[in-house]
Amino acid sequence: MTETLTIGKALNLGLRKAMEDDGKVVLMGEDIGKLGGVFRITDGLQKDFGEARVVDTPLAEAGILGTAVGLAMRGYRPVCEIQFDGFVYPAYNQIVTQVAKIHARSRGRMPMPIVIRIPFGGGIGAVEHHSESPEAYFAHTAGLKVVAVSTPADAYWGIQQAIASPDPVVFFEPKRRYWEKGEVDPDGSPDPLFGSRVVRGGDDVTVLAYGPMVKTALQAADAAAEEGRSLEVVDLRTLSPLDLDPVYESVRRTGRCVVVHEAPVTLGLGAEIAARVTENCFHSLEAPVLRVGGYDTPYPPSKLEEDYLPDLDRVLDAVDRAMGF
Amino acid sequence: MTALQQKTTEVVDPVPGAGAPHLPGQPDLVQLLTPEGERVEHPDYGIDVSDEELRGLYRDLALVRRWDVEATALQRQGELGIWASLLGQEAAQVGAGRALADGDMAFPTYREHGVAWTRGVDPLHVMSLFRGVDQGGWDPVAHDFNLYTVVIGAQTLHATGYAMGVQRDGAESAVLAFLGDGATSQGEVNEAMIWASSFAAPVVFFCQNNQYAISAPIERQSRVPLYQRAAGFGFPGVRVDGNDVLAVLSVTRAALAAAREGSGPTFIEAFTYRMGAHTTSDDPTRYRLASELEEWKLRDPIARLKAHLSRAGIADADFFTGVDAEGDELAARIRKGTLEMPDPAGTEMFDHVYAEQTPELARQREEFVAYHASFEGEQ
Repeated sequence: MTETLTIGKALNLGLRKAMEDDGKVVLMGEDIGKLGGVFRITDGLQKDFGEARVVDTPLAEAGILGTAVGLAMRGYRPVCEIQFDGFVYPAYNQIVTQVAKIHARSRGRMPMPIVIRIPFGGGIGAVEHHSESPEAYFAHTAGLKVVAVSTPADAYWGIQQAIASPDPVVFFEPKRRYWEKGEVDPDGSPDPLFGSRVVRGGDDVTVLAYGPMVKTALQAADAAAEEGRSLEVVDLRTLSPLDLDPVYESVRRTGRCVVVHEAPVTLGLGAEIAARVTENCFHSLEAPVLRVGGYDTPYPPSKLEEDYLPDLDRVLDAVDRAMGF
Repeated sequence: MTALQQKTTEVVDPVPGAGAPHLPGQPDLVQLLTPEGERVEHPDYGIDVSDEELRGLYRDLALVRRWDVEATALQRQGELGIWASLLGQEAAQVGAGRALADGDMAFPTYREHGVAWTRGVDPLHVMSLFRGVDQGGWDPVAHDFNLYTVVIGAQTLHATGYAMGVQRDGAESAVLAFLGDGATSQGEVNEAMIWASSFAAPVVFFCQNNQYAISAPIERQSRVPLYQRAAGFGFPGVRVDGNDVLAVLSVTRAALAAAREGSGPTFIEAFTYRMGAHTTSDDPTRYRLASELEEWKLRDPIARLKAHLSRAGIADADFFTGVDAEGDELAARIRKGTLEMPDPAGTEMFDHVYAEQTPELARQREEFVAYHASFEGEQ
């Protein structure tokens, strides 16, 4: 039966389902037990599954990831919560030098079925280190898989699929959209985790987005429609591996492509996507692939974040430029 | 000089060397076999070993050293990219390795060839790593011996997490985490000790203090004896003579038993000396005196056991000759096996990045194969 859920609640229910299905699933993180996490994503789980399966850890991110590696070696499936995007860096060493490489190092003898949940992105008026978009660092690292969800249904299914994956998955959650509602059908069947999805059909420009920017792209498409422009919006969903075949198909029809993300544009996901779209759709392109993203600055103080973050108008500005070529 | 300056510049635990006062008279050092090979008692640590086991320990030490000598020679002859010698640390490693029980798991650094030996790892599976064929050829699960970890200290957290898994399984096993003196400065090692303490995890931290982190002497890492650090984390620390295989075996057995019984972690500082270079790329003459090495040669771990076995009539000349011959056979096998080791196929680098291969990597693999196939038939 279909339910209306927020992204946050969908994650909570998805985690609960994964824990019920597999006794080896262990949640680890700071303040995730008694408190239920600072965003309450793990609310009530420690009460029902106990302290051995929902672990309130010491305040040490490298410790969370490093011990998760050991638990995975012992046959567990750790799900690590990093409290905020900007706090993942102390764990970066473990993620990049160990989590990502142990499967290859051991030639498959030691799988690393670890999920690293990271609430990411800005727009919540927070202090420094609470609004970042570090996905490119992880997508650049061989051995990791990286996804970003944008809807309650993807949150519910995606977290379960990530936990079931035999490979390590960095799971980005759009924190400013935690309270957005949508339909979830727990009896339905999910789309594959590592696939992109066309979420709005259109003919003039293909707009690519993921995580919190999917909503922004859809709003831009609504506004463009009022001016008679038809935008096709693709929710990338998976950032590593990228699933661009549906994108190529779309761009070959539209001839124009705009990539939107909150992360700084230089060497961001948009750069890789632009290169691949150019390589695969060269003869169909009517304009260069354009990128809309954060500036190459540290994430600014919150009074400036509306100037920093891509919004509907900046997406439409890029669409105008693409149409003007 | 002010009192504060006096306090902060005092070196509580000066590096041992020529004339240093540490050995053998350190009050806190657990020792069962003196450098001269005399068996001595310790109030807290006894040992019950048969003559057969004693001869076995000697054999371990001698064969591991022979392997190490051969590996160093092979590197000098261009057959290994690099070698991390364990010369001087044989007793620390064999003693710790032989203390492990079936089902215990060990997490090495990249120098624990002696522990690998005790876990039944084929030396050639270690040689393949240093030859550049793979990242370690043994099965870490089958041997309960993790692959070598090169990032300093990272494995101490893996060991702690593994021990948390042991707890959740309700298993009566323990985990042995190896680290060096340099690693004690790493944040991750400190986190591992906090976690181990907080969760009373069945893990033993076995620190081989070989006095140097490449060129940095121990006083750059610590102003207090390393074993005393454990108190700050809330578990016992003990300093053992790392060149005394009996003392290491006894102390490590006791710590592992305590871990299995639910008493939580122990920190063991095995006080030893890296008699060789950090690796074959290193030149220790640039940072330490030759006299220091001469001092430590008098505390050699193998010579002292040999002296004890001879004096106590546990082994005769034939035994030692036999072990030497076995060592030469081992060395010949290692040399032959190393020289005959085939290079891996180029496609191997693509094959284990993921458990579930990605379409992008499968495509790159195909491109790689097609690219190389395009040269077929060319001179």
